Amino acid sequence: MALDARAASRWLRLASWLAFGFLYLPVAVLVIFSFSASRYSMVWSGFTLQWYAALADNARVLSALMNSLIVAGGAMLISAVLGTAAALGLRRARFSGRGVLAALFYAPVVIPEIVLAIGLLMFFVLVMPVPLGLPSITLAHSVFGVAYVTIVVSARLEGFDAQLEEAAADLGATPWRVFLRVTLPLIWPGVLGGALLAFTLSFDDFVISYFVTGPGTATLPLVIYSMVKRGVTPEINALATLILLVSFAILALSIWLQGRNITAGEKV
Amino acid sequence: MSGHGSKPGTRAVGVLVPPAAWLTLLFLGPLCVVALISLMAPGAPVEWTIDGSAYQRLLDPIYLGVLWRSLSLAVMATVLCLVLGYPLAYYIARRPPRFRRVLFFLVLVPLWTNSLVLIYGWMVMLRPNGAFDQLLQGLGFGGGEPLTILYTPAAVILGLVYWYLPFMVYPLYASIEKLDFRLLEAARDLGAGGLAVLVRVLLPLTLPGIATGCLLVFVEALGAFVVPDLLGGAKSMMLGNLVQQRFLSVPQDWPMGAAAAMLMLALLLVGMLWASRVGGLRRGA
Repeated sequence: MALDARAASRWLRLASWLAFGFLYLPVAVLVIFSFSASRYSMVWSGFTLQWYAALADNARVLSALMNSLIVAGGAMLISAVLGTAAALGLRRARFSGRGVLAALFYAPVVIPEIVLAIGLLMFFVLVMPVPLGLPSITLAHSVFGVAYVTIVVSARLEGFDAQLEEAAADLGATPWRVFLRVTLPLIWPGVLGGALLAFTLSFDDFVISYFVTGPGTATLPLVIYSMVKRGVTPEINALATLILLVSFAILALSIWLQGRNITAGEKV
Repeated sequence: MSGHGSKPGTRAVGVLVPPAAWLTLLFLGPLCVVALISLMAPGAPVEWTIDGSAYQRLLDPIYLGVLWRSLSLAVMATVLCLVLGYPLAYYIARRPPRFRRVLFFLVLVPLWTNSLVLIYGWMVMLRPNGAFDQLLQGLGFGGGEPLTILYTPAAVILGLVYWYLPFMVYPLYASIEKLDFRLLEAARDLGAGGLAVLVRVLLPLTLPGIATGCLLVFVEALGAFVVPDLLGGAKSMMLGNLVQQRFLSVPQDWPMGAAAAMLMLALLLVGMLWASRVGGLRRGA
């Protein structure tokens, strides 16, 4: 029996590492070939940085990068403020209909992206006259951003000791002061972690941007998509590598912050 | 806490107003618009009279073909995600807590970063004379013929499994991590073999995670747009591509696209009810 269990756990480990390999295989390929000198064949033919140099001269890529940063920054700010408010409110809410409200905040995460994308486009065209371009993309990204920040901050609030706030209130602090001096200092790693997640999700979003953008406005994923549609070039590999690097770094920071909060909460 | 019950309670309502209003406007609003458009008569792009014919036209043979293909590809992707995701989720859940967090986030990272770029990575690998092809040829497989996976349904399934695997692992992991593993030991001590433990104990206890994971992957895969667009050929159009074309390509037919979108939403809702019946879909899990 013991032998049986050991064999099973070996298989389990093998299957898991194969799954991880599957998940990270495209990352490895993109990174490796971004340094390969050959333009057409996918054979390794010497190390080069020329594709990265070419990117730095590509005006279209640079302006798209600027657009992406503006959109992701804006969506992150909206998401951080509204998502934190939602998480704080949901924690205290004791009225009927709380479940429905909670569902509203989580729904943007599970809804098929394309449904939300097409809905937002039609909404901006027919109902709410938002200029299609950076404003519409920023607003659209804030929808899933708010949802993700709500989830992340709610998770961090689970071990939160409400008595600290009550003590401050009993000592005469105004609600706003309680928030600034007690609540926020305790939950800020969660807020920042959620905000960084919202930033990455916006920075990397393709489907929703594709639908709600206007003529002449492109974010980085939109430029990549049109490059990919025209053909495979090593320049895309270099751009993809840089984007993955930035995303990984921000996500790692976000995750570290989210985890940090747990230990901080335990120490308090 | 009860002494302050009313005051924090009302403050809670106040602080919830801005985010709730925001999502009501920008989330429920768009969904209502799609629902409304789906009821309109066909036109170029839409005739503003209610007739509901778009839903009827979804049953046209051309659209039924797309629907059927979407369903079968999504089912296959879901099954493969489960087969691949379950051992992974179980493995991660049995690591020491420190590694658990790291491994779990390593699963989510590909989903949260630029999936478009990663699918492009698969294109690079799968195309004729690409990395895979050369590897296979080098190992003596393929018989000198260039690889023809790219632009086939097989490539679409691979891409779907890749993109949506984290959607499967997330709920599975949440469900397995909560498991009391002593139950498995008890079953074994009572003489159950490995397969019996799996089928009679482990799978039933983690059924909520399985149901939620399958539902998420299935519905998301139905609405996939990038994967069939980049990895599939002309004959790989799925429901998501249909929505995109009816809205953005000529001839436009908004009610048709909206009806296809509503179909996805309906499947999601029905599926969620089913999943919550199967094992209580935990709020926020």
